[in-house]
Amino acid sequence: MRVYADHAATTKMRASALKAYTDAANEFYGNPSSLHSEGQRAKEVLEDCRARIAALLGANANEIVFTSGGSEADNQALLSAAKWGALKGKKRIVSTAIEHHAVLHTLKKLEKEGYEVVLLPVGADGIVKVADAENAIDDNTCLVSVMLANNEIGTIQPVEEISKICLAKKVPFHTDAVQAVGHMPVNVQALGCDYLALSAHKFGGPRGVGALYARRGAPLYPLIEGGAQEKGKRAGTENLPAIVAMTVALEEAIAELPEVTKRVSAMRDRLIEGLEKVPHCALNGDRVHRLAGNVSFCFEGVEGESLLLYLDDMGVSASSGSACTSGSLDPSHVLLAIGRVHDVAHGSLRLTLDGTNTMEEVEYLLSAVPAVVEKVRSFSPVWRDLQEGKRSFIL
Amino acid sequence: MSLYSEKVMDHFRNPRNVGVIENPDGVGEVGNAKCGDIMKMYIKVKDGVIEDVKFETFGCGSAIASSSMATEMIKGKPIAEALQLTNKAVTEALDGLPAYKLHCSVLAEQAVQAAIRDYYEKNHIPYDEAMFPACSHCAHEHEDGGEE
Repeated sequence: MRVYADHAATTKMRASALKAYTDAANEFYGNPSSLHSEGQRAKEVLEDCRARIAALLGANANEIVFTSGGSEADNQALLSAAKWGALKGKKRIVSTAIEHHAVLHTLKKLEKEGYEVVLLPVGADGIVKVADAENAIDDNTCLVSVMLANNEIGTIQPVEEISKICLAKKVPFHTDAVQAVGHMPVNVQALGCDYLALSAHKFGGPRGVGALYARRGAPLYPLIEGGAQEKGKRAGTENLPAIVAMTVALEEAIAELPEVTKRVSAMRDRLIEGLEKVPHCALNGDRVHRLAGNVSFCFEGVEGESLLLYLDDMGVSASSGSACTSGSLDPSHVLLAIGRVHDVAHGSLRLTLDGTNTMEEVEYLLSAVPAVVEKVRSFSPVWRDLQEGKRSFIL
Repeated sequence: MSLYSEKVMDHFRNPRNVGVIENPDGVGEVGNAKCGDIMKMYIKVKDGVIEDVKFETFGCGSAIASSSMATEMIKGKPIAEALQLTNKAVTEALDGLPAYKLHCSVLAEQAVQAAIRDYYEKNHIPYDEAMFPACSHCAHEHEDGGEE
């Protein structure tokens, strides 16, 4: 059996999206900037997609900019607000310690350019506190950026409450909704955000395409110069087949959302309950305020990469926040932010489900994961020390 | 191309000499849980020859494979020869490791040396300090600095 449980990394394209992609590539090959019939037809399709994506998010069509994906959308939102801030003499940016690197690395760059970046901590539940955000925002703040749902531990952040504070203080608010769109209800009016980033390949669309919502009036500057596409906010010939496929995928994801959420969260809960029986492990992130498909655990006395490789041999595709899997020396910044010490953070495992998974697969995961944890522990000197009392259990 | 060579995957999937030796003649433990790698090596010595060797490893695929390979390379060898084992030899025997995983083979070399050193000390056998370069328990620099 092969169980793909890494849907937060990427998803398989929906059949409808793949068909829409090839159809669009075949039929609408004209350049939307061209005056001839093929070009104008492509332009119509492009604008139709923009209107449909906008409608799905509760936005207006002219508030949607198509991008190459979530990272570009995050970069553009942050850099635009920062540039506006500099013009106003405001150079403080408030964000959180658990953002995706598309946000964190951009903030690091801005910090080097003289911006003051404040990263709010999260509690052991992996959720940022609204009061911390409120206290951190001052008159000098040009942007607040808080992700809607975390990519590693799936925790859903109090974005609506924080955006209300931003509105009252007239500070632009961005949310990285890459993990949320297509997996939970997302409406820009309800969220009250000025910017929102999304990525198609997280909900069964193709990779290499995403969108940035920028509220009417929100400062927006292009990252890529070279043409009048996207009203001058993003040069480059539009990736029309991908945009069409993203639109179809998002429509389908949102149409099936109530049914899928119910089914996927039941699988998630079954998986969490089953894995909790493994001795000395802990669920990462709040149990309730989390994405329907996210299961993230730390297992004491094991290292994540070896877990992943043995699981792969057993047909299970998962991911981990261990240093070895990240290619860096430190384990995931998210796990460290929720208070997992290095020793334990190295033993993390993330299983992310979506509507294509089945309860039968969950049952298989419940036999494979504990077996692999036990195998890795059987020759772990750390586990031996824990068993012999030479080292104290943390979990 | 996959991350690891077939050799690495073979040693990872079927680690040789995994386990513990009761009443070993020497034990070496190197690495640090904070860095995500710990290797523990046990040796049994008879007439100056490593008669048996076992290992336990907490770490990634290449750490497990490197320890497994190192045990194979020193088993049945005279101590003097085992002391010559280098991380380079371990890496080569594994048909290479990704650059950022080379420290795993260094740990394997250090684990062998630490076990032999322990054997020397337990048996009051004089040895030359220079044979054992300072064993850095954690060569990694962490952002938050220092050890726990």
